[in-house]
Amino acid sequence: MSRTQGTNLRVILYEGAGSEALSPDERFRLLTSLLEDGFEVTRPANGGKVSPADGAPILLLGRFRELPAAEAGLHVHDLSGKDALEAAREVRARSGARRLGEWKPWFPVIDYERCTNCMQCLTFCLFDVYGVDEGQRIQVQNQSNCKTDCPACSRVCPEVAILFPKYKNGPINGDAVKQEDVRREAMKVDITALLGGDLYASLRSRQQEARKRFSTERDESRAILERKRCLKELGKELDIPDEVLMSLPSVEDIHSRAERAKAKMAARQARSQTVKDSRPAPTEKEWGI
Amino acid sequence: MSTGTPDGSGSGVRLLYCHCAYAKVVPPEVKAEVLRRLSESGAAFDAVPDLCDMSARKDPALARIAGSGATRIAACYPRAVKWLFHAAGAPLPAEGVEILNMRTQSAGEVLERLVPPPAAGDGEEARL
Ligand code: SF4
Ligand code: SF4
Repeated sequence: MSRTQGTNLRVILYEGAGSEALSPDERFRLLTSLLEDGFEVTRPANGGKVSPADGAPILLLGRFRELPAAEAGLHVHDLSGKDALEAAREVRARSGARRLGEWKPWFPVIDYERCTNCMQCLTFCLFDVYGVDEGQRIQVQNQSNCKTDCPACSRVCPEVAILFPKYKNGPINGDAVKQEDVRREAMKVDITALLGGDLYASLRSRQQEARKRFSTERDESRAILERKRCLKELGKELDIPDEVLMSLPSVEDIHSRAERAKAKMAARQARSQTVKDSRPAPTEKEWGI
Repeated sequence: MSTGTPDGSGSGVRLLYCHCAYAKVVPPEVKAEVLRRLSESGAAFDAVPDLCDMSARKDPALARIAGSGATRIAACYPRAVKWLFHAAGAPLPAEGVEILNMRTQSAGEVLERLVPPPAAGDGEEARL
């Protein structure tokens, strides 16, 4: 299972008819430990609305007076028995639900109210994160390929349209885009135009210079140090990890990547015309959801 | 058996809490306080470990939430949450959704909107 596939186990914390209420502390501790471990938790109460069942595996947790019968897709655990988190983990393993925690969900998200479909992000990204949809519109399609903590593509977007929700600063983290952010982006484009190309070209030429220096320098260790210093400076300026800067692709790479993206899209389109979703329609359960 | 406490979720408004489990971007003390008081409020709610992760997986639960009508979401920046749902193919409705930002608002400010006293939140104009 890839890092971006699969369904979470949904835990229903049940305190309704036929069960005993939990103490506030117990409920809070249980909720926290389940969420930290990657479980979705629903607390139905007093007829309030929660999300309906949708076919995802469910674990019903409660302190039951009489244990309800389990059925297909519905697992039951009494809180008076063994540790709830342990029980939830077991059900997760048995039901084939996804285990979280192996990947920090770090990936770009496009604000389509700002995006002008210029494709700079697609040509810049080294890891095939971007592609295009059927209508040739830019989209993020391989989220888990994204280099954790690297916001590089958001720096090349001239429209401040790329977000990384887990980034520390605005507007990349989703904070409102202010006039000065747009001005800064415009300035960035102007400056790089003065340098004789776009930001990507300037990054690349700085990288090539660093490489040249490395290859002509007789004192290798000094050259390595110098290269590291250059890259560190640039990386710090733009918050881009060294390894990304070290492997900027060539123009040929960029073209072949764009071609691959188009081919993939065509293949997907062909597939989507032949594959039909055969899953049964979800059924509503009676546990308050 | 009912919990014996009033349903603070207002008339038909769904509540969603995001625990932002895989990064430290939401101050832990704000998350903890919001979750604690939400769980003590007697309101029905859904809690998810990490909306970002669910968006990346296009989790069907997001469509379930987006299609649920009026919803209040405690997570982070509204622009980020809006486009995370969109990226998962489950755009939030333009009306009836209010996103509370645990990165910038205090727990008290978030809770005041998330679980207002019964009736106080009813009929209020939602914003995105
Ligand atoms: S660089 Fe920005 S504006 Fe251009 S396609 Fe990418 S997201 Fe859209
Ligand atoms: S939506 Fe916001 S609060 Fe939730 S996991 Fe993503 S960054 Fe964290």
